[in-house]
Amino acid sequence: MATTLAKAAESVEYAARLEQVSKSFATPGGQQLVLDDITLDVAPGEFVTLLGASGCGKSTLLNLVAGLDRPTAGSITTDGRPALMFQEHALFPWLTAGKNIELALKLRGVAKSERRGRAEELLELVRLKGAYGKRVHELSGGMRQRVALARALAQESNLLLMDEPFAALDAITRDVLHDELTRIWSETGLSVLFVTHNVREAVRLAQRVVLLSSRPGRVAREWDVDIPQPRRIEDAPVAELSLEITEVLRGEIRRHGQH
Amino acid sequence: MASTETKTSPESGSVEAGLDALETAQPGRTPFRKTFVDKVVPPITAIVVVLVVWQGLITLKIVADPTKLPTPGAVWHAFRNDWLQGKLLGYIWTSVSRGLLGFCLALLIGTPLGLLVARVRFVRAAIGPILSGLQSLPSVAWVPPAVIWLGLNNSMMYAVILLGAVPSIANGLVSGVDQVPPLFLRAGRTMGARGLKGTWHVTLPAALPGYVAGMKQGWAFSWRSLMAAEIIANFPDLGTGLGQLLENARTASDMAMVFEAILLILFVGIAIDLLIFSPLERWVLRSRGLLVKG
Ligand SMILES: Nc1ncnc2c1ncn2[C@@H]1O[C@H](COP(=O)(O)OP(=O)(O)OP(=O)(O)O)[C@@H](O)[C@H]1O
Ligand SMILES: [Mg+2]
Repeated sequence: MATTLAKAAESVEYAARLEQVSKSFATPGGQQLVLDDITLDVAPGEFVTLLGASGCGKSTLLNLVAGLDRPTAGSITTDGRPALMFQEHALFPWLTAGKNIELALKLRGVAKSERRGRAEELLELVRLKGAYGKRVHELSGGMRQRVALARALAQESNLLLMDEPFAALDAITRDVLHDELTRIWSETGLSVLFVTHNVREAVRLAQRVVLLSSRPGRVAREWDVDIPQPRRIEDAPVAELSLEITEVLRGEIRRHGQH
Repeated sequence: MASTETKTSPESGSVEAGLDALETAQPGRTPFRKTFVDKVVPPITAIVVVLVVWQGLITLKIVADPTKLPTPGAVWHAFRNDWLQGKLLGYIWTSVSRGLLGFCLALLIGTPLGLLVARVRFVRAAIGPILSGLQSLPSVAWVPPAVIWLGLNNSMMYAVILLGAVPSIANGLVSGVDQVPPLFLRAGRTMGARGLKGTWHVTLPAALPGYVAGMKQGWAFSWRSLMAAEIIANFPDLGTGLGQLLENARTASDMAMVFEAILLILFVGIAIDLLIFSPLERWVLRSRGLLVKG
């Protein structure tokens, strides 16, 4: 199932293109290289998960793609401004769930008369029909992440970046949200770059899994996932591929122990 | 890409509804009786105890001189007299209108000042430390210089209010802006809220709790310094406020009236806080889920 690097030549179109991207941070001990020579394409409509150990630079990479930070070297091009969903919901507590979504619409220039209806449509899409007037603190963790997803979708970007959005949720809620995300992705035709350190989650969701090595982060290997959707996280083919990827990930981590 | 129909497992929707129902807090209302017993009875008890002790001091002849300690009845009489002559509300209104007008001016000056200090690095380095240092200067200290600069008149009193409230308001806003979680700013930026849009839609609302705390402190400071200014600037044509009432009572050696004035100053200060600033603060905190129900 292993494949080589991106099919750069054929895809003139892309949702995001990273070319030899490096990022280092100035630390008291000198320059710390976090990402090294990352080349990666996300095709339109593609669902890619980015897998790596904690601290390998996944969030750093997403921040670069989102334009919140600049790469030290290399170039990043995206098709429009991507939407970013954070690990913490990052909803604004001074607004209701509905108004959070409407703010995203407003900043995109949607007319005032259309915002309310559009926000309610988006809430329905994430199956939170009655939550329009709810304050953020009145929602459960899973509901907050769904509102955050709706807010990200409100930006109508071609590319949705997700930074471990379900990491803090319990297994059942996460399962439900996996189903939701797969459904929304297939309905909208979005491209998704989804970061996680959970191998099964990566395989459950993605068309392609990209494994990052640690210190510095490099693309270690990629897998195409040919298992048809809808998948369940406990399906045998998902488990099988997860096992294979976990072995490689273990090897990557072990390599670090030897230094 | 759309190889999937909306064929997600059928039970997923109902599982979701169940989870949502489980995780959503049930709203409840505190019964009236409980609020009454918890909130109203204790302060009334305290006031009754104070009155009993006060009357006891006089009845038991522990303090015998009525020019030092008037009876509660005499103070009540002073209130009643002023009320019947229609002067009581006038005293209160003179001071309160001065205080609130001065405070609104302080808001108009303190808010842009606070924003400048918070956002412009040069301004912060230049006046930030002075501004926060000014908070530990008792604002009464501004009364003598204000008298020399402006004379014994209304502008002097407004100047004293401004000097008391502006630093608190500006500082509150600065610390509010400083404490805005970077996550909110980043979330705003990914949605396209940069520059002025970012300030308006993200920074300012996120900084509101600190701003309101600064307003509250600013009011407390300006009320105190206004009273000091009124005691000093005491001319009939300036109008008689609560500070002037206190000073008049002192010159007349009327201890019942002194008590009346002090109680009025205290209650008006508390009332403004209870009627305006506390509800504002509670509303801001509650709407963000920052207020734990006591
Ligand atoms: N602003 C910064 N300044 C200095 N070092 C940083 C900065 N941001 C990140 N790093 C370093 O870069 C490395 C990667 O951080 P990053 O947050 O991208 O990891 P991650 O893969 O998202 O980890 P996790 O799975 O725990 O979220 C870490 O070692 C971190 O210390
Ligand atoms: Mg991270």
